Amino acid sequence: MSQQPVIRTEGLRKVYQMGSNEVHALRGVNLNVEPGEMIAVMGTSGSGKSTLMNIIGCLDRPTSGSYYLDGARIDGLDKDQLADIRNEKLGFVFQGFNLLPRTSAIDNVELPLLYDRKHRFKDSRAQAAHALERVGLGGRLDHHPSELSGGQQQRVAIARALVTSPALLVADEPTGNLDSRTSVEVMALFQELNNEGVTILLVTHEPDIAEYHKRIVVVRDGMIIKDHPVENRRSAAEELRNLDSAAAQEAAKEAVA
Amino acid sequence: MRTSTLIRVASQSILKNKMRALLTMLGIIIGVGAVIIMVAVGLGARSQIRDSIAALGSNMIVITPGAANTGGVNMGSGSFTRLTVDDVEKIRLESTMLRGVSPVINANGQAVGGSGNWRARINGVHPDYEIIRDWPTISGAWFTEQDVRTNRRVVLLGKTVADKLYPNEDPVGERLRIRNVIFDVIGVLASRGQTAQGQDQDDIVLMPYTTTSARLSRNTFIPQIVASSTSGGTLQPAQEEIRVILREAHKINDTADDFTVRDQTDIAAAASGTTETMSLLLAAIASISLLVGGIGIMNIMLVSVTERTREIGIRMAIGARGGDVLTQFLIESIVMSLLGGLLGLVMGIGGAKLLGWYMGWATEVSGLTVLIAIGFSAAVGIFFGYYPARKAAGLNPIDALRYE
Repeated sequence: MSQQPVIRTEGLRKVYQMGSNEVHALRGVNLNVEPGEMIAVMGTSGSGKSTLMNIIGCLDRPTSGSYYLDGARIDGLDKDQLADIRNEKLGFVFQGFNLLPRTSAIDNVELPLLYDRKHRFKDSRAQAAHALERVGLGGRLDHHPSELSGGQQQRVAIARALVTSPALLVADEPTGNLDSRTSVEVMALFQELNNEGVTILLVTHEPDIAEYHKRIVVVRDGMIIKDHPVENRRSAAEELRNLDSAAAQEAAKEAVA
Repeated sequence: MRTSTLIRVASQSILKNKMRALLTMLGIIIGVGAVIIMVAVGLGARSQIRDSIAALGSNMIVITPGAANTGGVNMGSGSFTRLTVDDVEKIRLESTMLRGVSPVINANGQAVGGSGNWRARINGVHPDYEIIRDWPTISGAWFTEQDVRTNRRVVLLGKTVADKLYPNEDPVGERLRIRNVIFDVIGVLASRGQTAQGQDQDDIVLMPYTTTSARLSRNTFIPQIVASSTSGGTLQPAQEEIRVILREAHKINDTADDFTVRDQTDIAAAASGTTETMSLLLAAIASISLLVGGIGIMNIMLVSVTERTREIGIRMAIGARGGDVLTQFLIESIVMSLLGGLLGLVMGIGGAKLLGWYMGWATEVSGLTVLIAIGFSAAVGIFFGYYPARKAAGLNPIDALRYE
């Protein structure tokens, strides 16, 4: 494809000053992500994967190196410019959902549109409702997070990340707080969105979650030590069907007995 | 983020914490309420005093004979009586800015009539005196110009005199005797109460000044002339005009005036100065409670920023700038203090009304007070909301998102 890459970093470094010690969290990361990719970033805690995600998510700035997101140069931007980039080009999904409490699902999803300085969307309300329909929550627009299950809350969060049609969806351990079946459901949703063309970068430390992706990047000691495509990619939708039919057989057996 | 959206977001987050918002606003409610009540009491007192000064005579001008300076010995004011009935008539004819002018001739005498006798002050005046002193009758009517011309022996009784001589009856039509002269009572004056100096203004008998000088005083000189300007604005030019007329009448060119023309603004100024000091004091006390209310808002906003660190992180992650967060928190505190201000306003007006009702105090809520109270509460919101809002805006999104 002649399209420009969604992410292009060269020699990305991040140094934290901890008292008199210098901590090198990133030591020269080169990463290219093309549109339509679904990529898992793996690594143990302290590997630098969180730092990498923060920089890719425009929440933090690299000490040196260059970073292009969707063709725009990110390193060197100030705080406000980074905020605008986050709003325009990025969608975040977090481990802890991070929805506003005591705020309805649709209000939560509409939130990014309220900070949209370019007013790209005429009817933010309708846009938010559409995003919730896309994640299968069209019937729960007015539910508050406390009235939703963990999986549903994460779907609201995904809808919020999608509502601005971002160039990149960044997910940080999105299944960390969910049980295994709900995790598969959420991964099924991610895969479905990816099939529709959404570029996804997901940070996880669980190898089986990584196997739902098209490509895996492993970070250790601030460097990418492995970067390979996934050979036997798992399909979450298929696994769900298997789970359901197993449950149906189980139920049928019980009914016979 | 548009301002309307910001206000909506701020109102939403206030509504999500109704109890806390109410407690926060309580400081402002009480502060603004106190300011309104205190200022209302102060203003009420001031207008009451203004009324009683006006009762002395609206825009009254007093002309007294000047001091005689005989051989270097100043005899004090009034020592040289050079005001005459001719002066009065000349002022009446030539002045353009007066509503009325009247001589005041004093006499004393034992009034005998009705149920007994009473020693009263007697003033001989012109019918204009009614306008000048704003002093109508409650029974009967004032004497007329005709009565003045014919030296008619008629009297108006002050309330005190009427009550002493004719208790429980209307003295109009009765006759009384002063120094063996018989007078017809033609009216009773409205009650005026005491002067600031404690003199009973109702202990008086008024009659045509010609009658006084012909029957009682036998004196053609006039100790005092009173006049009234057409309005407050003409008070000063009217006095200047009187000076010019009297200088001409007294043939004064370059020597000192032998008369004094004064108004009552100095009395009014002194009186309103006192109430102003009182109002200021009351407002100062009330302002302290507003200040305390403001600190309450700052306290709660600081707690709220800490409590909502995660929310701030989320907002920043999805694209809120520091400025957006600052504005949101600032608007929250402004909305809260304005709401508190409005509630305080309602309470203050209600309180002032109640106070006026039960305590019998005059209270007055002016539009300016309302504006100041609202403005002040908005200012409190901005001032005490800024620091917490800036703290919120300065948060690092990564730390804020990780905050538990």
